[in-house]
Amino acid sequence: MTDYGFDFGGQRLFARPSGALYWPARRWLILADLHLGKSERMARRGGALLPPYETRATLDRLEAEIAATDPRTVVSLGDGFDDDAAGRGLNDDNCVRLVAMAAGRRWIWVAGNHDPGRICPRLPGENLDQVRDGLTLRHEALPGHGPDISGHFHPCIRLAGQRRRCFLVGRDHLILPAFGTYTGGLEVTDRALAALVPEGLAIVCAARALAVPVGRNSHRRKA
Amino acid sequence: MTLPPAFQDWFVRQGWQPHPHQLALLEATGDSLLIAPTGGGKTLAGFLPSLVDLTVPHRGMHTLYVSPLKALTADIARNLARPVADLGLQIRIEDRTGDTRPAQRARQRVDPPDILLTTPESLALMLSYEQAPLIFGGLRRVVLDELHALAESRRGDQLMLALARLRSLAPHLVVTGLSATVEDPAALARFMGGAQVIHADPGPDPDIAMLDTAKPPPWSGAGGHYAIPDVLKAVAEATTTIIFINTRAQAELFFHALWAANDQNLPIGLHHGSLSREARERVEAAMAAGALRAVVATGSLDLGIDWGAVDLVIQVGAPRNVKRLVQRIGRANHRYNAPSRARIVPANRFEVVECVAALQAVAERDLDGDPRGPGPLDVLCQHILLTACAGPFDADALYAEVTRSGPYAGLSRADFDACLDFAATGGYALRAYDRWQRLMQRDGLWRLRDPRAARDIRMNIGTIIEAGMLKVRLRGRGGAPLGEVEESFAATLLPGDTFLIGGQTVRYDGLRDMVVEVTKQPSKEPRIAVFSGLKLATSTQLSRRVQALIGDPDAHAALPQTCRDWLALQARVSALPRAGVLVSETFPHRGRWQFVLYGFAGRNALQTLGLLMTRLMEDAGLGPLGFLATDYALLIWSLDPVTDPAPLLDPVGLREGLGEWLAGNAVMKRSFRNVAIVAGLIQRNLPGQRKTGKQATFSSDILYDTLRKYDPDHLLLRITADEARRGLVDFDRIEEMLARSPGRDHRMLDRVSPLAAPLLLEVGRVPIAGQGRERLAEAEAAALMAEAGLT
Repeated sequence: MTDYGFDFGGQRLFARPSGALYWPARRWLILADLHLGKSERMARRGGALLPPYETRATLDRLEAEIAATDPRTVVSLGDGFDDDAAGRGLNDDNCVRLVAMAAGRRWIWVAGNHDPGRICPRLPGENLDQVRDGLTLRHEALPGHGPDISGHFHPCIRLAGQRRRCFLVGRDHLILPAFGTYTGGLEVTDRALAALVPEGLAIVCAARALAVPVGRNSHRRKA
Repeated sequence: MTLPPAFQDWFVRQGWQPHPHQLALLEATGDSLLIAPTGGGKTLAGFLPSLVDLTVPHRGMHTLYVSPLKALTADIARNLARPVADLGLQIRIEDRTGDTRPAQRARQRVDPPDILLTTPESLALMLSYEQAPLIFGGLRRVVLDELHALAESRRGDQLMLALARLRSLAPHLVVTGLSATVEDPAALARFMGGAQVIHADPGPDPDIAMLDTAKPPPWSGAGGHYAIPDVLKAVAEATTTIIFINTRAQAELFFHALWAANDQNLPIGLHHGSLSREARERVEAAMAAGALRAVVATGSLDLGIDWGAVDLVIQVGAPRNVKRLVQRIGRANHRYNAPSRARIVPANRFEVVECVAALQAVAERDLDGDPRGPGPLDVLCQHILLTACAGPFDADALYAEVTRSGPYAGLSRADFDACLDFAATGGYALRAYDRWQRLMQRDGLWRLRDPRAARDIRMNIGTIIEAGMLKVRLRGRGGAPLGEVEESFAATLLPGDTFLIGGQTVRYDGLRDMVVEVTKQPSKEPRIAVFSGLKLATSTQLSRRVQALIGDPDAHAALPQTCRDWLALQARVSALPRAGVLVSETFPHRGRWQFVLYGFAGRNALQTLGLLMTRLMEDAGLGPLGFLATDYALLIWSLDPVTDPAPLLDPVGLREGLGEWLAGNAVMKRSFRNVAIVAGLIQRNLPGQRKTGKQATFSSDILYDTLRKYDPDHLLLRITADEARRGLVDFDRIEEMLARSPGRDHRMLDRVSPLAAPLLLEVGRVPIAGQGRERLAEAEAAALMAEAGLT
């Protein structure tokens, strides 16, 4: 078993080494911060011409997750697209792949700060600002309104000398790592994350999902 | 051109006589390369033709001087001021470096001085301005200082491209290269696009030997601290001494130890690249004023200002490279015609062997050096982008110009076009950016699609990528800056850890706004001092000499007694590496299994071998954790022991693993990052603009993995492979080593062997990502959970 099971908000959830969250009771697959179309957006804004393959790479991994879990519902927890134009600019191949992945299941695009608008009509799924269905799912954790599941911060942590993506699990907030290929990360010791999760667990995306304590009761090194 | 009477009089008034090489340069009509030892009046020789020329007024910039060091440009400006004033010449001399104020820069663009002193990067920047043809159109002479040093790095390639540009802008340009003693002057002349070589009198042979020490060098260790009393004695007897040490961390420790034993309170300073600029300038000024009796330095003082009073050079640690040793010895240039005096202090007994071999090479004037490869393509990509910043260009004309530079003389049109395509479109198989190209072709000329992009391109100028550095400051309001440490070192610190910087012990308190905050801890022993500076690789030629010395018992007579005893002990408890036999050992150390192979194939080939062998060990389930390659040996540490190295050294197995593994390892990713920055795919990290609280930029490793998977033929991957091959040496050296030594002699030991001991103390280990690392990560995770009482 490479997943790591834990309880949050009264539900049994599984953190997968890919960075996806699986909720078996509902058969939901939840992913944060896909940032599809990121390289195209950077080029459009006059930035670097990065290798234009990250959308394909992200969809490859997403496909593998869907094949492995066969979810009834897939939730993109905001910033599914690097901006609204990136959603419209997705090439035909990638659109076809998304349609195929969504066939026979519910697909929810939660709005994020990068993609607040309606998604491109060529793409499957529905737009929601947040989801309240047993658990609250939103793009960015809302202090005082937990428990909620969110993304946005791209948490990561140093373990055995390497920086890795991680889930951050506190009493009130569960924050997912970014699933997108071209995404950086914010250390869990950063003020913004420490304020949301003063103590809890980081579940690290290694070959297996590994849990380590963070915050007050741990002796984590500062990075 | 002959020396005018006014100049002759000036020489006489100084009590000097012009050196023959100074006159030879004056008489030369075309491009020249002057090879002269330190203290030979090289710089004056380079400028003399310009000064003579400028007795007649000239409009615009007449002479451009390029040096690898900013500090040197300021020094030259001072030194030239005197003859210019004495001779009553109306000449404006200014420098132009990264430190020059914007107002001054702007003025220089409109009204350039007669002589401009600059660095390769600043020259590249100036050539990217639209006004470049105006600034440089009337240029008559170019002086390239310390060309031997520039030619050793990619800065030299960039400089030669800039020179080709200058030659197009000013067709009658005369170029003078100035160089220290090198092994192949003709190759250096070809590098600068062809030049007549002028040799200065090399002067008398240096007085060089091992420093006599009361105690013999230790079994292992890299510090040379056993010799502290002897070094202090030598310093006390000399006027001014430079003590060269190979790494910054060792320089810190040595300086600390030197002061602890400095009963006479000799004024001794410290100079290395991690110190803040203010700290370095203080030491340089004190040295120039004669206020210091010695300075402990790293490669940071290899080049630069000549201090006439230096009469002794002490090299602590193995010299690694005969040519560099000779150049360092040259810093003790008390008088041009007196022999330079230098003493070597080996840090351990392995290094004794290397020191003896190096002394033999110096005596035979047998300099080392590897032939230079062709100009790298990432530097060309940057050059193409910078050329576009200056204005529209014709591809055929640019290709012709580039191939007139030495390093790119053999550049194929196909490679040039690939670089141009990369600069224009990203060069991807998936043509995704037709609308967002960086360069567009219009009316047959290439130009920036969006002229505003010029700013970003200019920000990214440069061909040397420094490891990410963090500033270190004393804690508290306005805490004094102490220097810099590498980011990766800072990441390993826990609050309370102590380390050395600027010769003092400090305690790590925390990281704030990308500044390492520390508190002084004068009484404490430093726990760590491992921020690695530049690691010098021992040259192939010197490695061979060392191998010959160890392998030939008859030659052991040249070694000191302690060293002979040590090799005898090695022969007793294990085996001596010897001709035709590849000796290896396995032993436990600090809870890990260590495997050592004495290959003597040079650091680069052994590095490649390390990459390949750890892959095979991974497949065999031995859990390799990391490895270390030196010039003599390869050390691999793992969770389980290597009991039979034969399958790991099977040439067929190694060859099979080569392509796949080289492509996926950390060294390649490091090379890729540098290539991607230089070529302009990603921006280098600039201070103050990083990690602004939000998600940081993602790592270049991701780009590397993505390209490898989806666009494996991409230009940048090809350049990365070329760079790695150059850096890692091609596979032939490993095969040659295996073929040369068909015999195998593997020893299972219960502890570290005498010969292996120094290896365990080397720093700069290459981590292996694999099951070993994963197992460690799991173990660390489990330990942390247990520690926190959570299971």
